[in-house]
Amino acid sequence: MTFFEIAFYFFSAVLVIAATMVVTIRNPVKSALFLVLAFFSAACVWITLEAEFLAIVLVLVYVGAVMVLFLFVVMMLDIDLAEMRAGFTRYLPIGGIIAALLVAEIALVMHQSFLPADYLNPTPQGVEYSNTRELGEQIYTHYVYAFEIAAFILLVAIIAAIALTMRRRPNNKYINPGEQVKVKREDRLRIVKMPSDKPIDLSPVESPSSNEETS
Amino acid sequence: MNLVSLKTAMALPEIFLAAMASLILILGLFLKESSRDKACYWLSLFTLVATALLVLNGFSSNSVIAFNGLFISDPMGALLKIAVCLISTTVFTYTRQYNQDRDIFKSEYYVLGLFSVTGMMVMISASHLLSLYLGLELMSLCLYAMIAFYRDDKLAVESAMKYFVLGALASSILLYGMSLIYGLTGSLELSVISSTLSTIDQGNLALALAVVFVVVSLAFKLGVVPFHMWVPDVYQGAPTSTTAFMGSVPKIAAFAIIMRLLVGGLGELHDMWQQMLIILAILSVGIGNIIAIAQDNLKRMLAYSTISHMGFFLFGILSGAETGYSASLLYVIVYAAMSAASFGVILCLASEGNEFDKLSDLAGLSKRNPGLAFLLLVLMLSMSGIPPTAGFFAKLSVIQALVDAQLLWVAVTAVILAVIGAFYYLRIIKLAYFDDPVEGHSAPVTVRTDSKAALTVNVLLMVAILPWIGSLIDICNDVISNFGS
Repeated sequence: MTFFEIAFYFFSAVLVIAATMVVTIRNPVKSALFLVLAFFSAACVWITLEAEFLAIVLVLVYVGAVMVLFLFVVMMLDIDLAEMRAGFTRYLPIGGIIAALLVAEIALVMHQSFLPADYLNPTPQGVEYSNTRELGEQIYTHYVYAFEIAAFILLVAIIAAIALTMRRRPNNKYINPGEQVKVKREDRLRIVKMPSDKPIDLSPVESPSSNEETS
Repeated sequence: MNLVSLKTAMALPEIFLAAMASLILILGLFLKESSRDKACYWLSLFTLVATALLVLNGFSSNSVIAFNGLFISDPMGALLKIAVCLISTTVFTYTRQYNQDRDIFKSEYYVLGLFSVTGMMVMISASHLLSLYLGLELMSLCLYAMIAFYRDDKLAVESAMKYFVLGALASSILLYGMSLIYGLTGSLELSVISSTLSTIDQGNLALALAVVFVVVSLAFKLGVVPFHMWVPDVYQGAPTSTTAFMGSVPKIAAFAIIMRLLVGGLGELHDMWQQMLIILAILSVGIGNIIAIAQDNLKRMLAYSTISHMGFFLFGILSGAETGYSASLLYVIVYAAMSAASFGVILCLASEGNEFDKLSDLAGLSKRNPGLAFLLLVLMLSMSGIPPTAGFFAKLSVIQALVDAQLLWVAVTAVILAVIGAFYYLRIIKLAYFDDPVEGHSAPVTVRTDSKAALTVNVLLMVAILPWIGSLIDICNDVISNFGS
């Protein structure tokens, strides 16, 4: 067994265990952390497959940005696990049957092994081969049309998200900084002249305890 | 590799449309609030017409592949794109008053509409599974948002959610089918897929699975029985302006995706998908027409009518011959125009606080607004396929294609089911002309001049096209005979 094979099996085993833990563990924070581990092992597997650029992007984007956001959300939301698991046993039989059926169908197809033989054993590239450069050429030259359409899809997602959620609330406490800077003393402060020697009314205050006596 | 070898100029209409949509989006930020929405609305209409003119200008009778095989420019694509742009323009014209009454007359609404049209055009001229899928997603995402735009209405938000979840499910099924096709042929380019499929064993189980996945997802997107459950709910729940849009133009794009994917890419497997389409089509025409009779909501009834019409249009495709494809092409264009006009009538009749979507609302329409009642009469005759209208010729050519393809029993079933469907179209005419208005709803209805003018042109075209219907059929035959060559 070569070093690469050992590395592949090691990282694959970690990946499978971590992925299983993501769905089975009860604590959502731990579940998110196991997802980080799963991403990380997947990145390592990709490196053994010579896809260095994708591996680094996976770590940077998913582990670095997406999962951190995810953890924030998980920590801020009060997730009721009991409620999420309610009905699990009720839906388990039908869900299980459908899942088993799908697995059986796909296995039946895959059993025929329809992929050409050279798909499984690609020849490794040399050291001078640049994965990143190749990827850039594919995306920005070969598939530039698809790339631009994907960009428009993201733009539509932004427009839709903003248009559907932003609404003018009638009584929000919005402050206009320009107005605040322009404010003069007269707008805020009212000076009232009061005589300093006003006589104090010393007449006795009426007793409020009349109710208590009757009760 | 440079821009010249990409042949960027082939996609000029799409580039113009997307650029204008982005421009309108930015203008919406800077224009004064009082004039903003109106200006963006008119600019959107102008953009759509200009795009149609650009397509017409770049028309050529031979097909050109551009963008390294992701894009194809051919006569069929040009015809479909012009139809999409013009019908979208008329639909947008109807929506103005309705959207103003419901406070959704916003620049973003029309920007999303323009992006949706861009997605349809990408789908229409896709020659690659990647661009096909991306165009489909661009179109659908805009539609989900346009339904949810009327967010003060619980029903609209609910139907947007339903449409979104089921649309995502259908997309994932489509992607799975596409990935199997890629695994089998080693290419995403439709022409390569087609030539590779002719060399491999047709009895391959993976191939059958791929075709099943693709047909199921397309049936989901088209809304044909048994994948139709979302259609009535979404049509009824969505604001009528969006229903008018999603009930008309996307059908033309659906024709394109079927032609590109099933006929162009998987044409070799015609025997395999023909049987599936026969079941889908007969069930749709039957169940759609029969359940429509039981509806008392106009939008819901039109949704079931859509299901039956989509089934009818599949009849042309499944015949598997050029005459069938061109019959379906004619059918889908005529249907999109009819559907836009029928929802247009509801849009014109709806007022603030009254959706005008119950069948009983139509009672005595001829006394309240004789002009609109007459337009409705022509439309319903065309929908049911009664002779002096374009709807008749569309149905006739589809049935002709079925007979030519030796599928006599399918043709007979189609005719019988179409006759059942005529009942509920004629019931609308009866309600409008022979019934008296409901108590308290007898005031005359007034309609804006611009939407009334567009509606009149749209409906009368269904009859006025008659002297030229022959040349329209010839155009359809021409573009189909150029397809795939």
